[in-house]
Amino acid sequence: MIDKTELWIVIVGLGIGSFFLRFVFIGLVGDRVMPPWLLRNLRYTAVAVLPALVAPQVLWPAVNGGSPEPARMAAAAVTLTVGLLTRNVLAAIGAGAVTLYGMLWLLG
Amino acid sequence: MPTTTVKSAYLKGVADGAPFILVIIPFASLFGLIATEAGLSVFESLTFSVVVIAGAAQFTALQLLQENAPTIVVLASALAVNLRMAMYSASLTPWIGRAKLWQRALAAYMMVDQSYVVSIAEFERNPSLSVAQRMAYFFGAVTPVVPLWYGFTLVGAFLGAQVPESWALDFAIPITFLAMIAPMFRTIAHVVAAFGAVVVSLLAVGIPYSLGIIVAGAAGMVAGAATETWKERQRD
Repeated sequence: MIDKTELWIVIVGLGIGSFFLRFVFIGLVGDRVMPPWLLRNLRYTAVAVLPALVAPQVLWPAVNGGSPEPARMAAAAVTLTVGLLTRNVLAAIGAGAVTLYGMLWLLG
Repeated sequence: MPTTTVKSAYLKGVADGAPFILVIIPFASLFGLIATEAGLSVFESLTFSVVVIAGAAQFTALQLLQENAPTIVVLASALAVNLRMAMYSASLTPWIGRAKLWQRALAAYMMVDQSYVVSIAEFERNPSLSVAQRMAYFFGAVTPVVPLWYGFTLVGAFLGAQVPESWALDFAIPITFLAMIAPMFRTIAHVVAAFGAVVVSLLAVGIPYSLGIIVAGAAGMVAGAATETWKERQRD
């Protein structure tokens, strides 16, 4: 059973902490000019952080006890390929979902 | 295609954010389900989602609470999962840092992976947008996402039943993220950044509290920036 006091400390603490992390630059740095080398690095935030987040989940999904699982790997590959070819987010999600469910069904 | 007014920028944001409805509905429902199963009331589950709005961090906190981890460990781990938001915040600053303070505060509260990625892609595609148009676009992109995050947390909490594992909802997020990143690979530097980040994240998977993601993200960003510098030198 989760202790209710601890739960509320976590909800409030996580709320404040998350807001601070999101606000720290757009709020506190604001319109002050940032150095060019920093901006150059920041341009690659999205294409670096999201793949880093996803890669372990694709190769070692927790639902499969952390072992590679063919349906999820195929779905990831198809999503990325369709996304690269069509540049269409919805088409890529659709193709990935169809591959995932198709493979899971085929593999029983 | 230039976005001419603030209103049309907002509507374009709504349209570009709309595909994420498909992902937010199962993800939010799943949080509501798991939260009530862990013993949270409907009110507590909804408050959690409204106060924090960060799926991955909420799941992390909930799991550690159930394992009776010390409060400080729960908070540190969930915040480490959310550390990428500070990187998003920094990356958005050159684009919307001049907006009104209350708008930046509201944008910070609503900053999620999806709204960040569609917005930064649009800002880079149309650098001539005004700050007001960029803010409008950002708020447009979160409009289909944030209310549904609250609403379906509530639905999931009320349903209170277990979604079968065969639905493979664990993979809704990886698929969305891959679909969102693919169109952003415009230059070799973007590819190098992503590839570097993936390699480091796989090597760093043993680092506790999801800090490996931050290390890998930073490594990818440095690799991307270095490639950009190298390409520029080649051109000169």
